[in-house]
Amino acid sequence: MNPVRKRRLILVALVLLAAAVAALFITMALQENINYLHTPTEVRAGQAPENARFRLGGVVCEGSVQRTEGSLDIRFAITDRVRQVPVHFNGILPDMFKEGTSVIASGKMENGEFTATEVLAKHDETYMPKEVADAMAKGAALQTKTCGEP
Amino acid sequence: MWPELGQVSLLLGLVLALLLSVLPLWGATKNQPALIQTAKPLAYTLLAAIALSYALLTWAFLQHDFSVAYVARNSNSLLPVLYQFSAVWGAHEGSLLLWVLTLCLWIAAVALFSRNLPGHVVARVLSVMGMVAFGFLAFTVFTSNPFERLLPAALEGHDLNPLLQDPGLIFHPPLLYIGYVGFSVAFAFAIAALIEGRLDSDYVRWARPWTNIAWAFLTVGIALGSFWAYYELGWGGWWFWDPVENASFMPWLVGAALLHSQATTEKRGSFSSWTLLLAIAAFSLSLLGTFLVRSGVLTSVHAFASDPERGMFILAFLSAVVGGSLALFAWRAPKEHGKPFNWQSRESLLLFNNLFLAAACAMVLLGTLYPLLAEALGLGKISVGPPYFGKLFLILMAPIVLLIPFGPLTRWQNEDLGNVARWLAPWLVLALVVAVIAYFRAPQHPFKSALAYFSGLWIFLGTARFVWQRFRQAKGRFTAEMSGMVLAHTGVAVFCFGALMAEGLSVEKDVAAKPGQRFEIGDYRFTFQGVRELPGPNFTAQRGDVLVSRGDRTIGLLHPEKRRYASGGSIMTEADMHGGITRDLYVALGEPLDDKGTWALRLHVKPFIRWIWIGALMMALGALLVTFDARFKHKVKAA
Repeated sequence: MNPVRKRRLILVALVLLAAAVAALFITMALQENINYLHTPTEVRAGQAPENARFRLGGVVCEGSVQRTEGSLDIRFAITDRVRQVPVHFNGILPDMFKEGTSVIASGKMENGEFTATEVLAKHDETYMPKEVADAMAKGAALQTKTCGEP
Repeated sequence: MWPELGQVSLLLGLVLALLLSVLPLWGATKNQPALIQTAKPLAYTLLAAIALSYALLTWAFLQHDFSVAYVARNSNSLLPVLYQFSAVWGAHEGSLLLWVLTLCLWIAAVALFSRNLPGHVVARVLSVMGMVAFGFLAFTVFTSNPFERLLPAALEGHDLNPLLQDPGLIFHPPLLYIGYVGFSVAFAFAIAALIEGRLDSDYVRWARPWTNIAWAFLTVGIALGSFWAYYELGWGGWWFWDPVENASFMPWLVGAALLHSQATTEKRGSFSSWTLLLAIAAFSLSLLGTFLVRSGVLTSVHAFASDPERGMFILAFLSAVVGGSLALFAWRAPKEHGKPFNWQSRESLLLFNNLFLAAACAMVLLGTLYPLLAEALGLGKISVGPPYFGKLFLILMAPIVLLIPFGPLTRWQNEDLGNVARWLAPWLVLALVVAVIAYFRAPQHPFKSALAYFSGLWIFLGTARFVWQRFRQAKGRFTAEMSGMVLAHTGVAVFCFGALMAEGLSVEKDVAAKPGQRFEIGDYRFTFQGVRELPGPNFTAQRGDVLVSRGDRTIGLLHPEKRRYASGGSIMTEADMHGGITRDLYVALGEPLDDKGTWALRLHVKPFIRWIWIGALMMALGALLVTFDARFKHKVKAA
């Protein structure tokens, strides 16, 4: 093998190695940081992970919001009009948070309750996250105001 | 009647853009001077037509002409005059018109400032830009006409999205667009070079200032958007790795790589194919950004249209541009004819810079598109969390941060890197020592704060070492190019320090505050004094009073607000802050927690956060400064 070819071969091998290492890093980082979105129906059907973080999407059930007076502690239920899941949150809710609006909460299930670390609401009245809209379509009963069974 | 005139003017623009994309190109191919000479007049009239159309849309806003559907949806007779101007680009149709107007401005600027270039080159460049303008005008006219009438006319407009009613947002989209669209010059130039089948360093020299200007505007646009998110959205963060932020960040990364590789190609002739590929990539990513934002495939603060027809149109346009230009590239990429270089040389350092910037861009691209891919493959609805981007970006930028000081001190072609390392060694040691001290003194996240001091000092001192060398060896003579580079690299140092300090040492507290209650964060004391109601022009505000002090010294009274807008009833948080060089104190109002005046408060102390935007501004100014270099004033020899 002549020296030029040898050098090229080494170069190609190095580039391949770098690409492989990069691909490994990226896959690892991706796997650690992927959050799935689940609807209350899916959570009730046991499709949501038990001890891992995920995002729960749906509508804030009417009449479910309960605040511990004078503290940041708040409890409400998220529904897709078929089933509902109780949510516990300690923090500041977004401006658009209201009963009957669509939200996405991230957190995990703890003792049958979804403990949220972050709650996102739609940004204005014409904007609904596509994921939540899809989830609602699955609920298929948009007209009703019932929140479904727990 | 005026809106109809605007419509006609828009259609005229469409025809002119078609002519511009065909005639000069044909002339250059067939070598017919008469056709080549049509390029500049066409460019100017195209600008005139689109500018008129844009002015008439603005006029419709100022006149409260609610018979125009777009105006009725995005304005209101109570809207302050300033926002009537910015409401023009407040939603899909108008922002598209602004995109086209920006493109036409760039086209006219190229026509105006290209006297030094041979006529057929200008003709080809303008033609390619004409094609882009034609595509976007067709998109505007056929899928998103801003002049569409509303019958019967609305009595009152719906109002501009309250999120957009902010001075920062007036400049964010135009600056961003100037940057995005500015890459079309580098792109058009690359396509013209491919059509011609050769790439002279003269032509690259001509293209460089355009790339720099576009990149500088993009930098300022992104920084302004980040600053706006910081003080307007009330979340207290400055970068969220939101899909649309990523969409603007990808062209920025590739643009940064392009700046460096263009410089190499111009001076040494190396990397010419790579430069062309980057120019194509930078503009394609700008288009991809537009697609991601405008098609509504991604959910984000910025996504305002989710019309599948629009998405399909942009996707088709994107595939035509990317597919077409890559095919052209594969077919006609020029042979490399650069001067050979040793692995220890400035060329290889710049190669590293380009590799890592491109890799970072690929990483962001993957993370941004992964949810779409997963959904298409039926893997469920997922989102990629910010830690993915944050962690990988840090890893990919680390080598660049380490190598930046080496670049300017290293000679082209062949250099003993050992020498350079010896020059830099004392400064490296100094930066390391300070980092170790910072590590042990940091109240929290010692690693990040050590990194902040190390990266900031290392880049700053390394760059200062270069300045010192110029003073010693060249009696302090600096070309504009060198000064720009020094300024931009110092900007990187300032940015790294600010970003890592803010990430590492910020303290955020969400509290339930009774009137009169005090909260301590570090040395700072926040005293909540209660909330009052105040009227605004098109909203009513709940205004909080929070007294901030340090020791016995009062720093100021902050007024965070919660605003309820009259139309639509949407609620907006207006945070208030006391800014400073070494820290920002930030207060946002949450919601009332009981009927005794207790409110949720968000209190932040953010050290050095302003350095992030100051650094970005320095990078932008540096890139602009480079364009004043004497080397760009010479006439390009006729081919």
